[in-house]
Amino acid sequence: MAGLRGEAGVVGFAEYKNERRYTGPRKFTIEQWADLAKLALDDAGLSARDINGIVCSDIRESGMFTPATIVEYLGQPVNFAERIDLGGATSVGMIWRAAAAIELGICDVVVCAAPARPIPSNPNSRPIDPRRYFGASSVEWGSPQAEFDIPYGNVAQNCGYAMIAQRYASQFGYDPSAMAKIVVHQRANAAANPNAAFFGQPVTVEDVLASKMIADPLHMLEIVMPVAGGSAVVVASREVARRCKHRPAWVTGFGEHLTIKTPTYARDLVHTPVGPASREAFAMAGVKPKDVDAVQLYDCYTITVLLTLEDAGFCGKGEGMHFVNDHDFTTAGDFPMNTHGGQLGAGQAGLAGGMSHPLEAVRQIMGRAGDLQLGQCDTVYVSGTGGVMSEQAALILRGD
Amino acid sequence: MDFEAPLPTPTPTSAPFWAGLKDGVFRMQKCNDCGGWVFYPRNRCSHCLSDALSWHEVSGEGTLYTYTIARQPTSPHFAREVPQRLAVVELDEGVRVTTTLVDVADADIRIGMRVKPVYEPASDDITLLRYRPA
Repeated sequence: MAGLRGEAGVVGFAEYKNERRYTGPRKFTIEQWADLAKLALDDAGLSARDINGIVCSDIRESGMFTPATIVEYLGQPVNFAERIDLGGATSVGMIWRAAAAIELGICDVVVCAAPARPIPSNPNSRPIDPRRYFGASSVEWGSPQAEFDIPYGNVAQNCGYAMIAQRYASQFGYDPSAMAKIVVHQRANAAANPNAAFFGQPVTVEDVLASKMIADPLHMLEIVMPVAGGSAVVVASREVARRCKHRPAWVTGFGEHLTIKTPTYARDLVHTPVGPASREAFAMAGVKPKDVDAVQLYDCYTITVLLTLEDAGFCGKGEGMHFVNDHDFTTAGDFPMNTHGGQLGAGQAGLAGGMSHPLEAVRQIMGRAGDLQLGQCDTVYVSGTGGVMSEQAALILRGD
Repeated sequence: MDFEAPLPTPTPTSAPFWAGLKDGVFRMQKCNDCGGWVFYPRNRCSHCLSDALSWHEVSGEGTLYTYTIARQPTSPHFAREVPQRLAVVELDEGVRVTTTLVDVADADIRIGMRVKPVYEPASDDITLLRYRPA
């Protein structure tokens, strides 16, 4: 089949610590971009002049021409520049695009960054834009959401994910303790991750079920904690990788699938786009779900994890609750999942939340995960989820 | 800061739908080429991209596809509506609509139950589409 040959891989990374209250010096998004790029290049053993591609998302300082703005700021001309708009799937989307561009021969060193620390307060204070209260939901005139969803209060993410969970429950049943176990095991991993927001703070099933109900059936601890942070990776060709410091994590398979923006309009709410994306990724890489040593699943909510386990093929449709009850997701377990704690344990640093999954896969493959290091980790499945299960992507990363 | 719940502004494409709600009627587009029902209103069919769409009166009735009860407001604009009984209804034509449930006790809400439209005036121009058990 067509696809990647595994000739490009992640060779270095940088990660700001996730912090619930960031009190350090404030920098603009574009300054954080430059910092993270430099840190990731240093980590790889490459220099600024090696950069010939970038993949970014939005930056606060420029609404348009974002890649050119970043390239100019870095002072490094490039042959390849992309701006990705896939919400939580942005980082996975960045990495496969970087790998594809490298395999096409357009470039050989691509920096992908997702800065997410607060920026300086503007001394020329401006009135708050009322649109900010609608998050990713668009209130622009002519937007379908503005007309048919927002007026009913269907705004932002919680209610959409809650309605997916309720629909799932009506079709397949629901075990709140199994959902809580996902959080408990990820928090156990996070408890040993010094970069995690919940470092040293494990929870129990009882804690999760006793936390406030936000939108039935989702409890507060089943929903990510927003934090400050940021991260970057360097993707390079096999030739460049030879002179880098670490074991490369080759991008051997990817898939991406988009269906809807608002879940009301999904054809089938309980079969999510990560299914087709994952089948493509596995087929391209020539591996099967049973072949992976770890999974790093996008986890904005517990229901996201459950549906990804099913739709990516780790268990059958409707079997997710049993699968969760039957497996141990900690780094000591039989099915290591979100070994950094995931976003439920480490926090969600904006779009860098979705970088945390590929980054953790890379860290495990490189053998740099410290107390969280798995004994053997050569093949990792990674997913990214944007919107309300609306746009999803998957990667298979492998070490030689 | 004014946190009035935002009302829709009809577009040239959707105006017949909103005018219908004001009159207590659910009007939906149907494709003259492929026969598919289209919701929300569009300028082209969401099944085959034909622009041969015509408006038809339908019952607006259907079944509850899913719902949640939001205990925290989904945005500050809906603080007065908490708990918000947010729902998705699958109409008998097969399309789904975003709505909220009214005139029902939380304990009586069942996915799959029959529901019917409640045309609720929200302003002089706009009537919103709520749902209640049939």
